[in-house]
Amino acid sequence: MEHLPADIVACLDCDLLQRLPALPPGGTARCARCGMTLASAKPGSLERTMALSAAAMVAFLFANAEPLMGVSAAGRTSSTTILGGVQAMWLQGERVAAVLVALFVVVAPALDILFMLAILLASRRPPAPRWVGALLRWSEHSGAWSMVGVMLLGILVSLVKIASLASVRPGIGIFAVGALVFLLAGMSASFDPREIWSRVRWADGKRPETGR
Amino acid sequence: MTRVPGTGAGAGVIPCGACGLLSRPAGPEGPWSCPRCGEAIAFRRRDPVQRTWALIAAAAVCYLPANLLPVMTTRTLASVEPNTILGGVIHLYGTGSWVLALIVLVASVMIPLGKLAALAYLLVTVQLRSNRRRRERAVLYRMLKAVGRWSMLDVFVATFVVALVQLRPFMSVVPGSGVLFFTAVVLLTIFAAESFDPRLIWDSGGEPGGER
Repeated sequence: MEHLPADIVACLDCDLLQRLPALPPGGTARCARCGMTLASAKPGSLERTMALSAAAMVAFLFANAEPLMGVSAAGRTSSTTILGGVQAMWLQGERVAAVLVALFVVVAPALDILFMLAILLASRRPPAPRWVGALLRWSEHSGAWSMVGVMLLGILVSLVKIASLASVRPGIGIFAVGALVFLLAGMSASFDPREIWSRVRWADGKRPETGR
Repeated sequence: MTRVPGTGAGAGVIPCGACGLLSRPAGPEGPWSCPRCGEAIAFRRRDPVQRTWALIAAAAVCYLPANLLPVMTTRTLASVEPNTILGGVIHLYGTGSWVLALIVLVASVMIPLGKLAALAYLLVTVQLRSNRRRRERAVLYRMLKAVGRWSMLDVFVATFVVALVQLRPFMSVVPGSGVLFFTAVVLLTIFAAESFDPRLIWDSGGEPGGER
């Protein structure tokens, strides 16, 4: 198999072949034809992402363990966690919706954070083992289904809706969800997957890591 | 598929959708996989036009019951009141939070409809082999992929309202079957956007990098 020049890339959105220029720190290369981001140089990417994902892990635990809000009316009180909402949907017969909500706001973000931590820890000393590539591939998918930001807005809307019926107290969980939204956004913004790909052993087993 | 010169397909190379590596397919017949990360690779997605049309049609079918059936039903000692999505928007507007009413309206009604219309427009222009406004269409595709998840908003609202308002026998809220159809619309439109191939926008020829 012939080798292609390492700086030639094809845009994933329009397939145009082009030379990727050497990027200054913080610089971004966009496709000459359709404008898609081809690559960004993120200085200190791996260290920053590690710090943000460790913090996201802590926020995730608090977001899931602590009640989001409590309600009181007519001398009765109730409160809920994220999984409490999922459980209520399940018990009320909307099982498909319950499972999907759990996937989008608990399972997908948890995998997103865990995969990221595992990838970063395992590739500290190159060459990184082959499973790091598989994890990185999956983390692209799990990140796409993580909807913590949408859930935060949903919690706020439901808080306002309920406030017209009963008195509502926000709990610690809601602040943890707020922190989690920002940490997850920072985690994906600071992460430069090209750093990892250049350290990973190839799937076809022929090449160990190339240069760099 | 036309092989436009200057593109990956024209040169017989495929960029990996996961790690970006440009490689030459290993044999004359697919399926091929990326030599670095093992992801399945192809010159274009499989039957993008037919699949996307089918998913849009399915989403449009689910859109009606999603809006006509109640997403939540409020039971009090005196009354049973079903609420559709639009009913919820009107209620939010009536209780004075027009900003939230607007957010829910945009997320639940306008984003799904806009996504269906935009995907239909992209498909028709691709099928007509139009070479006008390509860059704008490429941006439109990226936008509709980014906003899709926000239409899950009302499902999250229902989840937390149902979990909290369980003050039986005075007042309780149960989810309605609108939730199921609404989730179906969101999933189907996300899958529809994923099954479309934005490279088709540019496949009708013309100078790569030249006219738009």
